[in-house]
Amino acid sequence: MSTKVLIVDDEKDFLDIMAERMGARGMDVSTATSAEVALEMVRTEPYDAVIMDFMMPEMDGFTALRLFKEARPEVPIILLTANVPEEKCIEAIKLGAMDIIEKPADLRLLTQKIEEAKNLKLKRPR
Amino acid sequence: MSRKLETAGETGLQFFGKISASIFHEIKNVLSIINENAGLLEDLTLMADRGQPIDPARLKVMSATVKKQIDRADGIVKHMNRFADSIAESITTIELHQTIELVIALTARFAAMRGVRVDLKLPEGMASVPTAPFYLMNLLWLCLDFSMAASGDEKRVELVVEETETSVRIRFRGLADFTEASLETFPSDREKNLLAVLEADLTAEYDRKEIVLRLSKNIDNNS
Repeated sequence: MSTKVLIVDDEKDFLDIMAERMGARGMDVSTATSAEVALEMVRTEPYDAVIMDFMMPEMDGFTALRLFKEARPEVPIILLTANVPEEKCIEAIKLGAMDIIEKPADLRLLTQKIEEAKNLKLKRPR
Repeated sequence: MSRKLETAGETGLQFFGKISASIFHEIKNVLSIINENAGLLEDLTLMADRGQPIDPARLKVMSATVKKQIDRADGIVKHMNRFADSIAESITTIELHQTIELVIALTARFAAMRGVRVDLKLPEGMASVPTAPFYLMNLLWLCLDFSMAASGDEKRVELVVEETETSVRIRFRGLADFTEASLETFPSDREKNLLAVLEADLTAEYDRKEIVLRLSKNIDNNS
């Protein structure tokens, strides 16, 4: 069964290419350009991992992270950041982010993290 | 005045840091998209090596995406360049609309993060004022930041520039949540110091839901 991933980023061009590249690697990829939309998707679909930009318009990364974790605590969240200070990264990990990857991201590393996320989710009680 | 200048300098450093961090973020986003396009090209090349032909239309789309991102980065860098240049100028005569447009462009990400739309309404002619450009940009940002926070559910701030014989006024309108209580925090010492350095004044009119920044056309260049 393919790995089901949701990518959330307000950069549409980025989302489209990531979806294409990850799809070509056998993943079942959905995308959302806002945390609000993504939150609804997470509530209704069983994703193996969520990849989310930490700084998006309207909803800050910490709020989004809290809401995602409340809605689906078992779904690992990997944050993508363009520019986030270390102390904020630490806070995000404390809030439940599985990992933080700096942009531009290496797809091999991201794919590896997604596999780790999937395994982590399988081990967790639902 | 020197203490005021020193404080304005500290506020200015914070402003410079904030804008630089935002620019850095934007540039990283651009690089990220270019990076993924390069990765996709690699993917397509590998597939071509295995006998799957590359669709020229796909390459055309990728090329257009990269060009778009390069134009975007070029715009960001040009804005940053003008912003950095503003520090070098102590007192100079500026075209106010250009400076306001630059502040709006540099802080567009902060507006987007809050979901606030910022509109600019300019007078017919060009409004020129002698000023310290960097401190003025800092003050404009602080006024805009306050205005965005006070824009309420409407989430729309309008900057209206009006010119008189002796001054130029910038009205920050649409501050639905601006109340008498807001005056406890705005203008703070930061804004007051910048106002003193720029020989400008600020009227906070919560009953009209606006703040008005007035810049004199005649300032003492030696102060």
